[in-house]
Amino acid sequence: MSATRTNSPIRAAFDRKRAVWAALFLYAIMLAYPSISFSQNETATQLKPATWPTRAQIVRVVTMRDQNTWIVVAGTTMLGLAAGIIGTFAYLRKRALMGDALSHATLPGIAIVFLLVGAKNAPQLLLGGAATGVLGILCVLGIRASTRTKEDAAIGIVLSVFFAAGMALFSVVQTQPTGEQAGLHSYIYGQAAAMSKADMQRIAFVAGLVVLCVAVLYKEFHVVCFDRAFAASQGVSVTMVDLLMMMLVVFTTVIGLYAVGLIMIVALLIIPPAAARFWTDSLTLMTVLAGVFGAISGVLGAMVSALFKDMPAGALIVISAGAVFVVSMLAAPKRGVIAQALRHTNLSRTVARQNLLRAFAEIEEREGEGATVSYQALRGERGWSQHALNKAIAKARRALLVTGDEQGGFRLSTPGRKAAREVLRNHRLWELFLIRYADIAPSHVDRDADEIEHFLGPEVVAELERALEERRRIPASPHTTVTEAGA
Amino acid sequence: MTAADVLKQVLPKHAEPEHDPASPLSVHDMTVAYQHKPVLWDVDFAVRPGRLIGIVGPNGAGKSTLLKACLDLVPRASGSVCIYGKAYRKQRRLVGYVPQRESVDWDFPTNVLDVVTMGRYGRMAWCLPPRRRDREAALHALEQVGMADYAHRQISRLSGGQQQRVFLARALVQDAQLYLMDEPFAGVDAATEQAIITLLRALQQRGRTMLIVHHDLQSVPEYFDDVILLNMRVVACGPTRDIFTPENLQKTYGGRLTLLDQAAEAMARQGRQ
Repeated sequence: MSATRTNSPIRAAFDRKRAVWAALFLYAIMLAYPSISFSQNETATQLKPATWPTRAQIVRVVTMRDQNTWIVVAGTTMLGLAAGIIGTFAYLRKRALMGDALSHATLPGIAIVFLLVGAKNAPQLLLGGAATGVLGILCVLGIRASTRTKEDAAIGIVLSVFFAAGMALFSVVQTQPTGEQAGLHSYIYGQAAAMSKADMQRIAFVAGLVVLCVAVLYKEFHVVCFDRAFAASQGVSVTMVDLLMMMLVVFTTVIGLYAVGLIMIVALLIIPPAAARFWTDSLTLMTVLAGVFGAISGVLGAMVSALFKDMPAGALIVISAGAVFVVSMLAAPKRGVIAQALRHTNLSRTVARQNLLRAFAEIEEREGEGATVSYQALRGERGWSQHALNKAIAKARRALLVTGDEQGGFRLSTPGRKAAREVLRNHRLWELFLIRYADIAPSHVDRDADEIEHFLGPEVVAELERALEERRRIPASPHTTVTEAGA
Repeated sequence: MTAADVLKQVLPKHAEPEHDPASPLSVHDMTVAYQHKPVLWDVDFAVRPGRLIGIVGPNGAGKSTLLKACLDLVPRASGSVCIYGKAYRKQRRLVGYVPQRESVDWDFPTNVLDVVTMGRYGRMAWCLPPRRRDREAALHALEQVGMADYAHRQISRLSGGQQQRVFLARALVQDAQLYLMDEPFAGVDAATEQAIITLLRALQQRGRTMLIVHHDLQSVPEYFDDVILLNMRVVACGPTRDIFTPENLQKTYGGRLTLLDQAAEAMARQGRQ
């Protein structure tokens, strides 16, 4: 109980008011940064070293002394933030891959608007992209609702067909006189380095919108993602909430096309929430963390791309997000791979030690306290491998629970005996409980108790004592161990 | 055109049906179809207030669909549903819903108290976060189902019976008059089953009406006052003592012998009571 409340150091540091103030402070710094930092008299250096950057260059990029660097970093950061936050809900609503269909479906829209208007006017192109993107989503939903085709197949179909249509239209664009210079390929692969101030402001607007909507409609998003039917029974308009959520995904995706490109933008919707899920069991924290992870990816990707010539920012942002995910997957305290492996190892060590101690206790019970136990006797006590037994003995000797050696035989130390009796007692209590209350035959009870006894906490043991009216002594074995020893 | 639309045209238009305002739930000539397959045909019944009512029928009989159609969660091809004589959307706060436990992802990042608080969303304004009194009500509901100690536990760390209790608490906190519960006894241990039935009886004492989808025929006579036997249509409905007969079960389940054996056993036990 208490462990779940003081979830993690993250929760301890997290305080809603403090977080809001910190966010506003960061936002203000970001807006004010140009007037503090930009070097007015120097022209922005076009120098992008093909080799490892010098220290001066690193400092220059990290402190964002060029306006261009600032625009790109601010833009990708806010894009990562917005995508991480709205992506959390898309992820929990199991709609994350819908973003992929959406982003690929924007391509024909961009090409069509270019062919109709003939100009490289970003807002119009994005609107066109958004239109076919939404059409793509509607196609996925329509195919799923009206046929037996499953959602993953529907997404695959829509994604590839719309993308193919876009590529075909692009070949038409290439034949246009202005086509070559239009830079439409930026929308496919992304070109964050060429981000204009207007692009960045559009991202800032969408990020603000996402944060505002999620903050205001948090409760509705929560219930719709968790349990749609119940949400509807509470009078929450599931369709409206879903629609709004999807619109925010559309805005974020479309606005991010130019920075990250339509192939990779879905990574920003999926990876930060998936990484954040490892660290916390709270939706609020997960949303905030996903936003932070997205923002970190944006900063890292943009800065590294500013340091190395011809490194595409979009790809670096996604790689950064991937790195955040790998670290989360490995290092997260409860759900992380390492933590789980450690728990598993600890558990199997405990089980091995308790099994050894119980074998000693049972032998002492037959042969008297302080008996010397031969290696062969220990081996005969349980069906364990030589290797497992050797390891358990070595560990127990190191912990000073067992003394002696293979030639002279082993003996329990005083603390070892105390622990061994405790283990044996728990085992016997559990056996008696199983026989009396769970109707398990005495001949089978040893094996069943063997599995569970290692997990008995003090409360359960106390409960067993009450149920069986056993006080401090070790109950006698309810079954004959002769069969085991003789086998 | 979907099957539902076809049915709408083919079926005769009824005049506005008579609905008894005293009945917590009256269903009139309701037909529901999923795409090309009708699931419920001409379902027609009215429940009496303050009763524990079991909905019983084989798999695929449309039991869950019946509840969902009453709650406007699936579209009706025809017919009408009234809660105390008025349409559901006007009476939403009077109806509590307990969905099937498997219908949600229990690895969702949220804790028990947050889930139970969702039962208050119906009376909270849009956009406003839950207040202290909402959380207190949720905690009180958790106490009633014996889960107060688990308020801050992540929901994936609950057993099946505990999950079911959380869902019940979420319905309780709504303080509804009519409860629709989809298999609240599915996959719970015997102790939880007893705890749930005790809770339902207590609700009944306070005048609540409960419609419960149930799959264990043996316990039907023991648990429910009334029973609705369902297999795409209402085979029979009324007081359990009169309706829960081998003949009616035969009609509901067809000739499935094992089930009939179970039913016969249940009959025998009912006779003993």
